Amino acid sequence: MTAQEFITLQDIVRALRAAAGAGDGIDLDGDIADVTFSELGYDSIAVLETVGALEREYGFSMGDEAVQEAQTPGQLLRLAVEAAGGVAGLAA
Amino acid sequence: MSGTAFTTVVTGVGVVAPNGLGTEEYWAATLRGESGIRRLTRFDPAQYPSRLAGEVTGFDPAAHLPDRLLPQTDHMTRLALTAADLAILDAGAGPEELHTFGAGVVTASASGGFEFGQRELENLWSKGNEYVSAYQSFAWFYAVNTGQISIRNGMRGPSGVLVADQAGGLDAVAHARRQLRGGASLMVTGGVDSALCPWGWTAQIATGLLSTSEDPARAFTPFADTANGYVAGEGGAILVLEPEESARARGARPYGSVAGHAATFDPPPGSSRGPALRAAILGALADAGCTPGDIDVVYADAAGLPDKDAAEAAALCEVFGPHGVPVTAPKTMTGRLYSGGGPLDLATALLGFRDGVIPPTVNVALPDPAHRIDLVTREPRAVPTRTALALARGYGGFNSAMVLRAPVARRTPHQ
Repeated sequence: MTAQEFITLQDIVRALRAAAGAGDGIDLDGDIADVTFSELGYDSIAVLETVGALEREYGFSMGDEAVQEAQTPGQLLRLAVEAAGGVAGLAA
Repeated sequence: MSGTAFTTVVTGVGVVAPNGLGTEEYWAATLRGESGIRRLTRFDPAQYPSRLAGEVTGFDPAAHLPDRLLPQTDHMTRLALTAADLAILDAGAGPEELHTFGAGVVTASASGGFEFGQRELENLWSKGNEYVSAYQSFAWFYAVNTGQISIRNGMRGPSGVLVADQAGGLDAVAHARRQLRGGASLMVTGGVDSALCPWGWTAQIATGLLSTSEDPARAFTPFADTANGYVAGEGGAILVLEPEESARARGARPYGSVAGHAATFDPPPGSSRGPALRAAILGALADAGCTPGDIDVVYADAAGLPDKDAAEAAALCEVFGPHGVPVTAPKTMTGRLYSGGGPLDLATALLGFRDGVIPPTVNVALPDPAHRIDLVTREPRAVPTRTALALARGYGGFNSAMVLRAPVARRTPHQ
């Protein structure tokens, strides 16, 4: 398994934070895998920006549907892992 | 319109200016005659013919705005959001006043978010389209300051943006007033511009109107015989406007009222008809229901170019008579701020009402006698003013004039 195939939730959160900012009183390092982006205060452009950042970082393409499909960080992680052709490392 | 009893008052002022971040900071610097014009630091201007600008210094976006807003905002939007926060705080407006369909935002924008746009264009051509930020879709846009201010403050009322170069700032305030007459309960308005990046700078230089002087004391001297162009700056002012009745009912203390406005457009080059600034002045006076004799001070457009200064002085002489009214241009301390220029002049006029003083035009020892205007130079002039006229002209022929009136009971300075 290559490093590119081992993407964790932390990687998603790091990309999200860099692309769309943190704050708003929500602990992104908490258990947010199944909290919707909307509840986290991120709109669809924030998700689009994050998808773009992940694609550039890992060199894969997640497709335009990823932004609509991924409603939570956990779902975004699954799509990223699929795009990378690997498996998710959900543990820290 | 002068026949109606409806009065629009200014209840909040927020200033972000090259010589002061914050309303009272700006005002104190302005009365001291302190200029914010100096050599550009945002980028190295060595290879450009114009190298001076009015930069807002000491502005830390992260100290003023939430982290979420930083990746999606151009510098000018960060300044605008900060000015709006200051104005809303000053007005004492809270969720009850803001979170309604009656509270709207109308700002002016002359250029949009150039710095953000330049960075993303560089990403596009040097790295490829997948490197362009999704936020570029709106971060550059003229209407973005209006949108971000309305979203941040939960304002769902009538909103819009006006694009008319330097004249747009006054036009936006006039449109906000129109919305209040039409039933809106509170309007956030004004303008904040910034285009101090190589792309924005090149666009400004292309007008041929910028001074190429490297001496901050000589680069922008409107109405002087040394006038050689203007210095560009960034920043501006955001104002909170409300109907007088509801403002007073909630205990707000008005700085003054927006009494009249008119906008005109110049005839095409080569026309036998002259410029339309005079018509804008007369229209604003008529809208305010006042005569030239009622105007205590004029905040001039002050283009800083001999022909444009002569045209403005001629319009003032025609309406007010030679040396007929005190004229001032505090923008000599900030540079011309495009959309921010008019609203900053309005803020300055309102503070002048409050403190009984006309701030000076700096770096002009004596106006060219040919202009026949009473220019307030060197020092502030301690004279009570109750009615002020602000003028703004935009590139290509825009003219805008606005009359402000002091409140019946004079507002006292902040503690």
